[in-house]
Amino acid sequence: MTETIIWTISVLTALGLLLSLVLFWVARKFRVEEDPRIDEIEKTLPGANCGGCGFAGCRAFADAAVKAGNLDANYCPVGGGEVMKKVAAILGCEVQEAAPRVAVVRCNGSCANRPKINEYGGARSCKVKAALYGGDTGCLFGCLGCGDCVAACQFGALSMDAETGLPVVDESKCTACGKCVAACPKRIIELRDKGPRGMRMYVSCTNKDKGPVARKACSAACIGCGICAKTCRHDAITVTDNVAYIDFSKCKLCRECEAVCPTGAIHGVNFPKPLDKEAVKQRIADRKKKEEENV
Amino acid sequence: MIVSPSPHLHSPASTNSIMRDVVIALAPATVVMLLFYGWASLLVLAVACVGCVGLEYAIARWLMHKPELFNGWSAAVTGVLLALNLPPTTPWWVVVIGALVAIGVAKMSFGGLGQNLFNPAITARVFLLISFPVYMTNWDLTGGFINSVDAISGATPLSIIKEGLMSGMTLDEIMEVNGMNASSIIRDLGGSGGEISGLALVAGFIYLWIRKVVKPWIPLSILLTVALISGVFHAVNPEYFTGIEINIISGGMLLGALFMATDYVTSPSSKWGGVIFGVGIGVIVMMIRYFGSYPEGMSFAILIMNCFVPLINRAFHQKKYGRA
Amino acid sequence: MSKLTFSIGGIHPADSKLARDCKIEVLPLPPKVYVSMFQHLGAQAKPVVAVGDKVKAGQIIAEPGGFISAYVHSPVSGTVKAIGPRKDLAGFNVVHIEIDVEGDEWAEGIDLSPELVSAIPEDREFILDRIKMGGVVGLGGATFPTHVKLNPPPGKSADCLILNGTECEPYLTSDFRILLERTDEIVVGAAIMQKVLGGCKCVIGIEENKPEAITAVRASIKKLGFSNMNVAVLKKRYPQGGEKQLIDAVMHRQVKSGGLPIDVGAVVQNVGTSLAVYEAVQKNKPLVTNVMTFTGNIVPAERQRNYLFRIGMPLSFIAEQAGGVPEGTVKLVSGGPMMGKAIANFDAATVKGTSAILCLGEETRRHQETPCISCCRCADACPMGLEPFLLKKLYAVGDTAALEQNAVQDCIECGCCQYSCPAYVPLLDNIRMAKAQVMGIIRARNAKK
Repeated sequence: MTETIIWTISVLTALGLLLSLVLFWVARKFRVEEDPRIDEIEKTLPGANCGGCGFAGCRAFADAAVKAGNLDANYCPVGGGEVMKKVAAILGCEVQEAAPRVAVVRCNGSCANRPKINEYGGARSCKVKAALYGGDTGCLFGCLGCGDCVAACQFGALSMDAETGLPVVDESKCTACGKCVAACPKRIIELRDKGPRGMRMYVSCTNKDKGPVARKACSAACIGCGICAKTCRHDAITVTDNVAYIDFSKCKLCRECEAVCPTGAIHGVNFPKPLDKEAVKQRIADRKKKEEENV
Repeated sequence: MIVSPSPHLHSPASTNSIMRDVVIALAPATVVMLLFYGWASLLVLAVACVGCVGLEYAIARWLMHKPELFNGWSAAVTGVLLALNLPPTTPWWVVVIGALVAIGVAKMSFGGLGQNLFNPAITARVFLLISFPVYMTNWDLTGGFINSVDAISGATPLSIIKEGLMSGMTLDEIMEVNGMNASSIIRDLGGSGGEISGLALVAGFIYLWIRKVVKPWIPLSILLTVALISGVFHAVNPEYFTGIEINIISGGMLLGALFMATDYVTSPSSKWGGVIFGVGIGVIVMMIRYFGSYPEGMSFAILIMNCFVPLINRAFHQKKYGRA
Repeated sequence: MSKLTFSIGGIHPADSKLARDCKIEVLPLPPKVYVSMFQHLGAQAKPVVAVGDKVKAGQIIAEPGGFISAYVHSPVSGTVKAIGPRKDLAGFNVVHIEIDVEGDEWAEGIDLSPELVSAIPEDREFILDRIKMGGVVGLGGATFPTHVKLNPPPGKSADCLILNGTECEPYLTSDFRILLERTDEIVVGAAIMQKVLGGCKCVIGIEENKPEAITAVRASIKKLGFSNMNVAVLKKRYPQGGEKQLIDAVMHRQVKSGGLPIDVGAVVQNVGTSLAVYEAVQKNKPLVTNVMTFTGNIVPAERQRNYLFRIGMPLSFIAEQAGGVPEGTVKLVSGGPMMGKAIANFDAATVKGTSAILCLGEETRRHQETPCISCCRCADACPMGLEPFLLKKLYAVGDTAALEQNAVQDCIECGCCQYSCPAYVPLLDNIRMAKAQVMGIIRARNAKK
């Protein structure tokens, strides 16, 4: 009995030693010399491997950054400024500050605003639906509601609102990696500057149809009337193909466009106070009067 | 109005109808089992079916939170196959453990219907065979409604022969000692429900074949391989190697070849892949029977070949149009 | 002769030819027609009329927008009311010419008499020109411009013209009806195409479930004395009418992946196209009419119809003439139930290739998808020998290289896989996307070369 135990233990020990020697030798022999900074940068990065930076993953990002020796072509939208500063410190170079961004859903075609005209019965995929036909509402441009963006998001920042049928972005989770932007066949999601304290303005519609057609399909559509563009004092709004667009780098968050929009297609979010439409309209009217007097 | 991509028609077949067909195909064998083994086997059948269906429902609903993964008929197939694989004397709690292994371990932990790598019923059988060998190799013929068998309990012919060979006897001596001859082996086949009902199993399989639920390539290749190997070996040394008939008809060969190896999920997708799979099973089972320590080996052979299915699927594909 | 069929895959849906005994009826003219500029494969046609112009039936109103494109003619006489975007049956905007119908006056030189003209013109160029100017496109589904298909690239020649009278899609009966009622014209049309292709032989493929058509065509060939033409009786099987499947069935040759039928010496034309060719060449009558079926399993027997329609008629107008869409219709389909398009906009206008309005009941509603059980029915059904279950999985993980290796680009979108899937997996929905993706990659790669 004891003999068996002794034999077992000694054989196993010998085997273990032998194999560890083999492993040691293999590790030495096949070792690949790598810049240690690649590992260091990879550790600093969020490690989501989301591809939001344009590289295959965090490791590829680190590899490219070390090879280039600078961060001109590299920016991690998930980690943001803080992570980039750390990465820059490792590389010993400068990094350009980029304003944090967030995904914005530019469609307000909720079930209430945009009546359904047929029932979609195919595979639950926006891509399949978009390729098949114009959609189950009269709007050719709006959200299809099958949730391709939700499926594409690795951070759980998107969810479908059961009541409106539209995706909702959880700003605290969104890292602006851009996966949802690429997933949406209607291209309604845009990465926009988060804005000071999250305050920002955007046109929640991409309908390029002429006003009456767009209006007929959706009561909250941008009808391309151009009142917002005329009102804006900062040249931030342009109307092309019957749809307005707010340039977030020029917008000063005065909310005048939101007040004058006849369909409510312009949205302001995260403002501390709700918009007092009448007051803003009064302000615009007063200003116009003054201008006329000056002329 | 609905708008959807084409096609706008669908065949009447559904997963449920297919699984229901399999249960129907297993019915004759089940009836034979009940006739021969009586109430005890009914208990095993009931516990196995209720256990499998109930466990699948419970796991899908409350553990995985994906109630759509539950498919009653599919679980019932596993239940019936499990019952056919167990001796009627198996205590109910062993059957419950079997159901747990089949559904919980072999099926649901891989992701449920369509995702399992191994056949659930066989996995359960092998688990029980290793864990509770005593319950799994003994049975009692006294409770049956039809009692044509003289023996009241014992081991399967294959295990009697194996034991005899291990102790150095020749085949003829074993037959003589145990009062067996070629026809009595076929008549007095003992074993689990699925082992005693060859004709009923074949009838069930033909039903499935006619209904186009299964294709015959896998069973044919298994049985032909087994026949070939046992034929050659028996011819070379009839003293030591058992013959074709006994190998085909006993030891769960038919149940395994017709119903377990043809499981959609765990068998190759192409015709020639299926043939390779079947030949593999045939070779392994005969190697186990002739040279291994287990007398039967069908379950092990199927499980081993299950491992190779993804590999076979990579190597063998459908014949494509215009790409010859 | 034994019955022929293709060698790989295929399914046997119930043929449901409910309107098979209904004679072709001529529809009255609607107050307005909307003629689409996108009725054919290839580039959109360009309007050559202006708002306010008076047009006659059969007059050219749009010209080809490219090499692969076709002329479009006015189906009625009247005034051009508007030219602009209008929604097609899928709800997408396409340029249409709207014409107010004022009577039914035809343009000069069009022979509307019913007499058969069986003498075939000698000049090949003359025939091709008539076909091109007549705006003839393939009426089997793909609407490929016929004059392009009948003019093989240099170095390639046709051994066999296959006339497709299989009508393998369930419900459809328009091809069957014209085979019965316009037999001689179809046969002469086939002889014209034979002539253009340099006198190759011609096989008219008809499925066994249309014995009357088989007899009629055989009698007509005998009567007209065409020697190099015969009928091939085919087994009933879907998708027998697929170009590649029909070539396999009739000639026992397979078109290589990415190749064209002409590579194996075959040209396949639909029987409807043959009729259009006859009318364009012998009667100088352009393609402005076609035959369609109004049917469906919930349409009562007395309301099943086969109609001769003018292009540009709104679908809803045709349905009204047939007594409206029956109650209980959950899906309207333009074309057959296997490959037809669901109608999202019932006010859309008919086009050259419209073959049916199908009213389908509850059974067309899709079931909830359940997990794949690897039964491989999809792979057994695929007439191209693909493995749809595998393609769907590869698409889900986005492995385009493996998709190409597994020949997703060979998919003919016949729908056999999705039809036969017992787990109700939307296989074709996904494979179509995968195919588009891979085709894009292949095209980009070829463009680089």
